Amino acid sequence: MTAVQSVTSLGLAHGQVGRNDAADFDVERVRQNFPILREKVYGKPLVYLDSAATSQKPQGVIDAMSRFLLKENANVHRGVHYLAERATEAYEGARAKAQRFLNAEHVHEIVFVRGATEGINLVAQSYGKKHVGEEDEVLITSMEHHSNIVPWQMLCEQTGARLRVAPINDDGELLLDEFERLIGPKTRLVAVTHVSNVLGTINPIRRIVELAHARGARVLVDGAQAVPHLKIDVQALGCDFYVFSGHKMYGPTGIGVLYGRSELLEEMPPYQGGGDMILSVSFEKTVYNAPPYKFEAGTPNMAGAVGLGAAIDFLTGLEHEALAAHEEDVLAYGTRMLSAVPGLRLIGTAHAKASVLSFVLDGVHPHDIGTILDREGVAIRAGHHCAQPLMRRLGVPATARASLGCYSTRRDIDALVAGLGQVRELFQ
Amino acid sequence: MSSELRDLYQEVIIDHAKHPRNFVKLEDATCTAEGFNPLCGDQLTLYVKLAEGVIEDIAFQGDGCAISKASASLMTTALKGKKQEEALALFGRVHTLLTEGPKGERNLEGVGKLAALSGISEFPLRVKCATLAWHTLRNALEGTGARISTE
Repeated sequence: MTAVQSVTSLGLAHGQVGRNDAADFDVERVRQNFPILREKVYGKPLVYLDSAATSQKPQGVIDAMSRFLLKENANVHRGVHYLAERATEAYEGARAKAQRFLNAEHVHEIVFVRGATEGINLVAQSYGKKHVGEEDEVLITSMEHHSNIVPWQMLCEQTGARLRVAPINDDGELLLDEFERLIGPKTRLVAVTHVSNVLGTINPIRRIVELAHARGARVLVDGAQAVPHLKIDVQALGCDFYVFSGHKMYGPTGIGVLYGRSELLEEMPPYQGGGDMILSVSFEKTVYNAPPYKFEAGTPNMAGAVGLGAAIDFLTGLEHEALAAHEEDVLAYGTRMLSAVPGLRLIGTAHAKASVLSFVLDGVHPHDIGTILDREGVAIRAGHHCAQPLMRRLGVPATARASLGCYSTRRDIDALVAGLGQVRELFQ
Repeated sequence: MSSELRDLYQEVIIDHAKHPRNFVKLEDATCTAEGFNPLCGDQLTLYVKLAEGVIEDIAFQGDGCAISKASASLMTTALKGKKQEEALALFGRVHTLLTEGPKGERNLEGVGKLAALSGISEFPLRVKCATLAWHTLRNALEGTGARISTE
């Protein structure tokens, strides 16, 4: 994909957007890259509004993985034969793409993992076990996904450390004053999401890092929901660790990235033992390989890494400002249209927000909304979104969530709102 | 709107979901159990007053989707005065109805008002919503749930 500059009237079902970058983003052309968007569901065109759960995959990703398996597959870092060399090049090429994507200083700061969840577990069990002791503290926020809660609870159970939770306001914004107050001399690690999967809130990572670093705490950022929407620069953010999953940014499942600052990865103990993570093994002593290989035991997800590389190519091929303006336009349109639905309440109204529309409807449970919309071809998520503590904080058992991707349109929002009309009809 | 949706959300279901019957805590329950659907967050507490193997009273509280609430509500109305074995036998018939559908009239035999649940078989993902109350009942009756005393 290359940046698309042609201005067309396509993709704007409800009036024209004003003079902004969104008009420079040809969403219909972007949609052409996603074969699944041509599928029908119960005889109706698929309206996919569940990208925060997993994004759809562009043809380029599908082709890259298929090409790898058809023509280049062999085990990496091992063989001396032609295919082994091709496979290693493809795998390491994907790592270099991830480095540029995050603007990491060094390529060895990119560790391939199964996804954001494994990245967080790796840091908790490796860095955490070494540096977080009894009476120490780990600070998270009340908007975290279970994947950024449970690994820290496990660490705290193992070491006797204490998990602390920074609160949010009713709009779903982190209370920075409270957050600052909670970072104390015993805080070793701060783990915070970049973008909330339930609320869409974009957290002020640079400020969070400044506050944490001023008190000597390290910062891990869960970027799973951020990478498809925001331009990430880990050096500008200043964070110590950044994790994300491939499948939420148009890549395959089972592959993700842990970025860790070089000097931290160097001194961290391995996470898992096995092949590829060693320099030499004897029954008396094993010498571990250097990062990132120290953390990549076993034959890695090679086709997945290649697919992730292709997803990065796809995303960086879109002109970022135009993409961001388009996504903002659809989000603003969705916010406006949903707000006009009687009995509907939006959950998550942060000032800085990305691509998530969570809501509840008076007298109708989110599951029922999900089922009814599904029959109209509209795919949304309903439930607690792996954030049960946040649901309790918001005082709702569950929400319905429509989430956007680069291929989302105002037309998708119109289909959602029409479906909600049917929900109201049934539940009158 | 599709006929499957109309069958799923029949008037009886909507009515029981909006106005659940026996939706109260039973202070003199002899057994209770908690039902929880971790995938969706549906949650209910079931209260049963059992006397000599007969369900003298039954009630529930909780939060969940229309299907789980209506199913629990319908269950409580169907089970008052039933023997324990009759209740579990009815679960068997309801389970068949939920998974197989009415199959003409065959699976509707002996289920009474619970026939309103027959549309669920077209929605396999929602079967667990409808069976939550029944699984909880079995736990309560078989004593695997937490017991409370009548004192």
